[in-house]
Parts: sequence; C-alpha cells; structure tokens
Amino acid sequence: MEASKVIHAIYTDDDVLMSAVKKVKAEKHHIEEIYTPFPVHGLDKAMGLAPTRIAITAFMYGLVGLTVAIVMMNFIMIKDWPQNIGGKPSFSYLENMPAFVPIMFELTVFFAAHLMVITFYLRSRMWPFKKAENPDPRTTDDHFLMEVAVHGNESELQNLLAETGAVEINLVDKEAH
Amino acid sequence: MYTFSNKLKTFSIILVILGALGVGYGFMTSHKSFEEVEHLLAEEAHHGGGHGEEVHAAAGHDAHANNSHAADTHDDNSHGEEAHAGVDEHTKHIEHVQHQIANRPWAALYVAAFFFMMIALGCLAFYAIQIASQAGWSPVLFRVMEGITAYLLPGAVIVLLIAIASGTIGHYNIFIWMDPDVVAHDKLIQGKSGWLNLPGFAIRGAIFIAGWSFYRYISRKYSRKLEDGEDKGTFKKLFKWSAGFLVFFIYTESMMSWDWIMSVDPHWFSTLFGWYVFASMFVSGITVIALISIYLKSRGHLEFVNENHLHDVAKFMFAFSIFWTYLWFSQFMLIWYSNIPEEVTYFVTRFQDYKLPFLGMVVLNFVFPILMLMNADYKRIPWFVVMTGLVILFGHYIDVFNMIMPATVGDRWFIGIPEIGSILLFAGLFIFIVFTALAKAPLLVKGYPFRKESEEFHY
Repeated sequence: MEASKVIHAIYTDDDVLMSAVKKVKAEKHHIEEIYTPFPVHGLDKAMGLAPTRIAITAFMYGLVGLTVAIVMMNFIMIKDWPQNIGGKPSFSYLENMPAFVPIMFELTVFFAAHLMVITFYLRSRMWPFKKAENPDPRTTDDHFLMEVAVHGNESELQNLLAETGAVEINLVDKEAH
Repeated sequence: MYTFSNKLKTFSIILVILGALGVGYGFMTSHKSFEEVEHLLAEEAHHGGGHGEEVHAAAGHDAHANNSHAADTHDDNSHGEEAHAGVDEHTKHIEHVQHQIANRPWAALYVAAFFFMMIALGCLAFYAIQIASQAGWSPVLFRVMEGITAYLLPGAVIVLLIAIASGTIGHYNIFIWMDPDVVAHDKLIQGKSGWLNLPGFAIRGAIFIAGWSFYRYISRKYSRKLEDGEDKGTFKKLFKWSAGFLVFFIYTESMMSWDWIMSVDPHWFSTLFGWYVFASMFVSGITVIALISIYLKSRGHLEFVNENHLHDVAKFMFAFSIFWTYLWFSQFMLIWYSNIPEEVTYFVTRFQDYKLPFLGMVVLNFVFPILMLMNADYKRIPWFVVMTGLVILFGHYIDVFNMIMPATVGDRWFIGIPEIGSILLFAGLFIFIVFTALAKAPLLVKGYPFRKESEEFHY
C-alpha cells in the first residue's frame, strides 16, 4: 500500500467554493471530501452526490409503527381481555377503532421520527465518543476545505486549485482508513 | 393575454345546457302523489322478499317513522312533543317519503352550487393569505386565482337564492326551520329562532357575500393597478386589505357554515364545524388552482410557471387534505366517543344510510392524496397532480353531499340525473365565468413586488 497523499485547498467564500467544485469536476479530478461550516445550497448537486434515501426509510419505519400500534391494541383490547369499558364496543378492532387512532397516529410518528434519526446517525457515523474527523478547525468557523486525491499529479492539481481562488493549498499525507 | 378558446367556451355551454336539462328532469320527476309513493314503497318491500323487508312493510312503518324522527330528517309530523294518538302511522310514513323525494332535486342543486362556490371562496382566502404573508413563490399564479375567484359573486348569490327559494317558492325543501308549521311544534327550533329566521338568514347572507365580493373587487383593482408600474403604495393597500379580509373571512366563513350548511340539521350543532367546512373549501380551492394552471401551462400560456410552483401547490393539496382529515376525524371521534344522543344522531344517520359515501370520502380525501402526493418527485409530474386533484375534488363534492343530503332526502339518496345534472350545470357555469375572467387581464402580475422572485422560484 502506498501512502496516499491528498491536497487540502482552503476557501473563504461559499460562492468561490461552488465554482471551484464545478471546475475541479470538469477537469475530472476526484473530490474526496468537502468540509464546510454550514450547509451550502447546491453543493451536493455540484459534487454529483446521490440523493438521500432517508425519507424512504422514514416512510417504512412509519408503517412499522402503525403495524405495532394496530397489533398491540388489537391484542390487548380485543383479543386478550375484551372488557366493557364505558360501553365502548370491544367486539372487533374496527368497531372500536376511532379510540385507537390517536395511538396509531402517535406511534407512526414516533417510529418514523426516531428510527429515521438513528438511521441518520448510523449512516453518518455519529455517536457521543466519536473522534472528530476534522482536518482543520477553521472549517467549523469561516473556512471551506476541499480535499482532492493526488495520484502523482501534484503540480498540475496545485495550479488548478490556485486558479480557482483557493487561499491556501496544502499537500497532506493521509493514513489510509 | 389569454383568449378564451372557442372550444372550451362551447364545452362549458354544452355542460350548462346538459346540466339544466338534468336539473329540469329532476324537478319534473320529484313531485309524486300520495298514491304513487304508496305504490313505490309497496314495490320496494316486495323486492326485498325473504330478507325481512316484508316485516318492514307490514309492521315496520311505525318503527321507521320513529327512526327518522331520531335521525332528525324532515319528518314534519313526528316532530314535537304532543302525542299524535290516533294518527295513522302509515299516512305519516308516506308523507315523509313523499317530502324526501320532493327534496332531492333541491338538495342536489344546492350541493353542487355550494361546492363550486366554496372552490371560489377557498381560493379567495388562499389568495389573501399569499398576499398577507408576502409569499415569494405564488405571485405568478395570482391571475389564475383572480380568475377562479371571479365565480364567487355569482356563485354565492346563486347559493343564497337557492336556499331562500327552497323556503319561499319551494316547500321548505332544504331547511326545515323555514317552515313555520315545523317551528310551531318544535321547542328546540323555537329556541334557536332568534338566529334561524328567514330575514336574518337573507341579511347575513347578503353581508357575507357583499364583504367577500368587495375584497375580491378591491384586490383585483389594486392588482390591475400594479400593471402600470411597481408602486409601493398600491402594494401596501393591497396588503392591508388582504390582512383585513382574512379577519372578516374567518368570522363570516364560520357563520356562513352554520347558516348555509349546519342549519339543515337544526337540532344538531358542532363547534369545529366552521373549520371543517373551511378545510374542505380551502383544499378544493387550491386543487382547482393547480388544475387550471396545469391546463393553461399545457396550452403555453404560463411559460413563467415551472414545476417548482406545481410542487408547492401540490404540497398545499397534500397538507390540507391531511388538515381536512384531522378536522373530520376530530369532529367524528369526539361525538362517537362521548355518544351523547342529541349529538350522535348526526353520525348515526350517516352510518346507517350513507356508509359508502361517508367512509368512501375518507379514502378519497385522505388515503389517496397521502399516498399519491407524499413523494416529492410525484408532486412535480403534471398528470399525476391532475389525477390526484380530480379525486380530491370528487371527494369534497361527496363531503358536501354528506353534509346536506342526510338531512334533506334521508335514505332516499342516489347520485343520479338530478345530482349529475346539477354538477354539470355549475361546472359549465364555473368554467365559463372563470375563463372569461382569465381572458380579461394578462396572466402575469407585472408590477407586483415579488414577481421576479416568484418567476425565479426554485425549490
């Protein structure tokens, strides 16, 4: 395994960053990662990232929650111990359904929301004692950092990045992860 | 400038003529003599042979008359506290059914008239909200909204006239509280007669219509005035009138729903009814905005409207379908849960005699839109929005149908020639008036301060 090298190009403006991304993409260089202090509109599109599927997972989690609510209430209130509580009809699920709708709704939302958030944490590898992967602390404040892989074309890349308006260009050794 | 295509004009006129024929047919066939109704009921009893219907025919008249009393339909004779000992139950039953049959063309006409009026009114409220909230996405659709709201004045006047006519030229075919004979025997209606009386009804209706039409007139005036150039003063006036209208609207809409809809069941009341009717009219209005803008765009008249605008309108359709369901369920569940006899009869009649429309509309107005419009990509496909929109509109017609019909025709309902004729009549009128209004002004609000933002709107 060769020790991989990357270039860190630092920008101070999101508009400059956006045009730089487009230029680097046009030159067919692979952008490893971009670090920004805040969401930059259209950056994912410019980088050509695939759209997220988290909404689809949320929909499915919602269906799970709905099913849990229905099965739970059906078992407890109709199958296991069908008591007469205040004259509510406990003969079948459908007859007493309106009373269960608030629970069905809340559990649908609960499952959809919480499982989606957990999915998000898992997919983006975030947890409480996680070591921060931050190549430059300034990127959390007011700098933008673009990481481009080097394959023996250092000077060419450095020239290109300098043209795009980078205020700082650093060649960094990066241990493979 | 848009010109009202001759094809569409002819189409709308054909609809009006066909509809008028259907309505005429409905009125011609609704006057049945006592013997005819007697014969009809006897025949119906025979058709059900073996299913216990004969029992109903033989001994069930009494029970049926009592049922319909409980169900709060127009059973003139069985209202009241004094016992009608010695009155022939059979005669009462026949007269009751005779009245229901006579009510049908009136109610069908009223439901369709109200449905198209509420589209225009919901659209006007949406328009005022867009201006008062200084929305940046919607100004390119303002002229479409102004076109739709052109139907409000004629539509609302027609609704009010039908309501009043049913109690003056008609035989109290929609509102029983207009019948002095019923009121004389009914303590509950007597107690409400301070609100429910014909002069008051007419005057309130006139005030509602005057207020709405005045806002529609003044907003249209300022919106046209902005075409001469961007003028902050004009926009500020438009803004202030819109904010003021919204206050006026929420009061009058609520009272209108008591007068024009809830009072068909004068023994019943519900506090969130006004909101419920509002949700129905709002979502129908927004749906029609989507349908008409898709139509105009497909004809190349709205090149400044793009799929992002469609996406936003579809989001409103989606969200307010859910809002409607929320109110529908809240009203239903509270009454079902507590099961207080004087409130619950409203839903008992609907469950007994209107099971398919009552539960079907929840599918049409909730399940269908929630599944169809949840995906962001689907909201950007015109034919998809059109399809869902048509289902939503049909569902809200059924909603109005469910509000009016059980109180007027009871279990004698059917969606037949009188109902379809009335829909066609008002659909034709609606198309004619809306597209005539659309042809009167450029389809882009030129001097509106947010026009540019709206044209470049991108989601």
